Amino acid sequence: MSFRISRRFAVPLSAVAVVSLALTACGGGTTKESTANQATAAPTGSSSAAADPNAPLKEGLKIAYLPKQLNNPYTDVEVGGGKVAVEEIKGEYKLVGPNDASASSQVSYINTLIQQQQDVIVVAANDPNAVCPSLNQARKADIKVVTFDSDAAKTCRDAFINQATTQGIGESLVKMASELAGGSGEIAILSATPNATNQNSWIAVMKTELAKPENAKLKLVKIAYGNDDDQKSFTEAQGLLQSYPNLKVIVSPTTVGIAAASRYVSASSYKGKVAITGLGLPNQMRQYVKDGTVKKFALWDPADIGYLAAYAGAALKSGQITGAQGEKFKAGKLGEYTVGADGEIVLGPPTEFTAANIDQFDF
Amino acid sequence: MSADSTALGADRTSGLAGRFANWNVAIIAVTVVVLIVAAATVQNFGTSQNFGFLVLDLLPIALVALPMTLVIVTGEIDLSVASALGLSSAVMGYLWNSNQPIETIIPLCLLLGAVLGAVNGFFVTVLGLPSLAVTIGTLALYRGLAFVVLGDSAVADFPALYTDWVTGSIGGTSIPNVLIIIVALAAVFGVTLHATPIGRAVFAVGASEQAARFAGVRPGRLKFWLYVVSGLVAGLAGVLWTLRYSSARADNGAGLELAVVAAVLLGGVSIFGGKGALPGVIAGVLLLASLQNALRLSDVSNEALNVVTGVLLIVSVLAPNLANAVRGSLQRRRHRTDSTPRPERRH
Repeated sequence: MSFRISRRFAVPLSAVAVVSLALTACGGGTTKESTANQATAAPTGSSSAAADPNAPLKEGLKIAYLPKQLNNPYTDVEVGGGKVAVEEIKGEYKLVGPNDASASSQVSYINTLIQQQQDVIVVAANDPNAVCPSLNQARKADIKVVTFDSDAAKTCRDAFINQATTQGIGESLVKMASELAGGSGEIAILSATPNATNQNSWIAVMKTELAKPENAKLKLVKIAYGNDDDQKSFTEAQGLLQSYPNLKVIVSPTTVGIAAASRYVSASSYKGKVAITGLGLPNQMRQYVKDGTVKKFALWDPADIGYLAAYAGAALKSGQITGAQGEKFKAGKLGEYTVGADGEIVLGPPTEFTAANIDQFDF
Repeated sequence: MSADSTALGADRTSGLAGRFANWNVAIIAVTVVVLIVAAATVQNFGTSQNFGFLVLDLLPIALVALPMTLVIVTGEIDLSVASALGLSSAVMGYLWNSNQPIETIIPLCLLLGAVLGAVNGFFVTVLGLPSLAVTIGTLALYRGLAFVVLGDSAVADFPALYTDWVTGSIGGTSIPNVLIIIVALAAVFGVTLHATPIGRAVFAVGASEQAARFAGVRPGRLKFWLYVVSGLVAGLAGVLWTLRYSSARADNGAGLELAVVAAVLLGGVSIFGGKGALPGVIAGVLLLASLQNALRLSDVSNEALNVVTGVLLIVSVLAPNLANAVRGSLQRRRHRTDSTPRPERRH
């Protein structure tokens, strides 16, 4: 009996084996290297027509936003900006998305948007490659694909809205530090973790900027790491001020670090003597700006990302641009933009927040 | 064997054929109605392209639901399937990155799935631990191992020959290639469950393990192999998932086990074992997937989708029980009038 049972299990087992063999038989020894060696003819932009910069912006365009996940406060501000732009160009705005930030759930939504014959899909990819086949299917159906926040693979979208370049952020951080220090003095950086890629690339740009003659009088004395942990960042800020009594500015390019450092300084005797700046969220920083601890800090405006994406999508669909480098289009209140290499459109330098403008932002 | 088949045969004609054929017919009818209504009222639902999307969306659930049906009919459960799928995907990515040929990787991933299933089977049948606890444990364990193997990274550059096959369709038609796999496996599992001694043994074990043992079935051995097959199919689903999305990730398929169990229960399989039929399960999978697809096309929010799925599941558990209660009270009334002794039924 026992033998018979296990032999009978051979039926489903062998069926699966046959299926796998059928798959296996398709080719002889396909490895990562052998596929990489084949010249992969990347499907470039679906639109073969040349760009016509003077083409009128089409009305009634159906523009759908597919963020990484719904019900995320930051994302809500981004797509909120998109909604404003879509209304300005008299299009139809739609927002769909999964509740979990998983790669596969986005694919079902892209497929749905293809069925609904949208004109533009604005997507923040949860996985740059998993969404690729469906995005390319969308482009075959003459839907323009614009990515934001998190890019998809270059071969499966028409344009990418880059919130800010590494160079732009690094430059902007040094510029603010220099202004706050009055052009000379000691500054310190309060970063996240020692191996955070984005932090380190910004810090690398800052160092290059500080090496320039106009910043010669600024001296970077220490890079501290708060590990994006509120308590640790707080203690590190305290340590910096005690070790370097002449410190003029703490630059913290992380939202956790800048908030913790501001909290420490606002309640200490250093308030008004040491400036805090960096990248922060207006809602977290509002009280420190109001009480004078923080004069200015920066971040890109998420609403502008969604706003620019709508105009880029509309310009693509109207034929003003094709996503090739050097093409220009107008993006409403944000002005004129030029498409960069690989279809990248850079939003611009980060927005600086000061006591004068912080109440206009809610995120 | 003869004793068990006659005992079961009697049970089938009264219990299964009577009661559960009803639920099967009902769920299939509901599915057909939903499909027709959706095609008629939801724009773009009835297109051939959407059919392709629908099949690809239900592919992993349909595959994993097949062995899950057999496992649940024996009165056990396997909640580790989605994690086994994820681990298979992660290992596939890892091996691909270490430059192994995909023709070797795919059988290895299937083998891995079988081994993962065998681990479950060992704990459940040899050590006699409850399958709910064991597979919740391996749910966490296999998912954890997947992250050990691949971390947060994703492997994407699988050969187009394979990824195109999985997302492609047969010749010039709009029938997706993967439908072949679904139909073939569904046929194998359907025949095994409903037309072979193995299938009868599965029902017998689910109805009463002791009675099955007296009838010459070895429940432990049977369950062990069911877990192996469940793991194997999860491994296959992991391979197909990876190829479909061209992305091997440790978090692939997270949470899928609940969708699978939901579809199986909706298909009329009793969570207590002993009852169920494969056509109903296929209908359950199709019903859930097409409802989600249609609601999404009608711009119904994700939260509402979850509500619909939840309500359906509760209805699917409630309806047979209600029918049972109604039938029970009718029977009692008949007894009172007949005053004949009630035939003994076991459930």
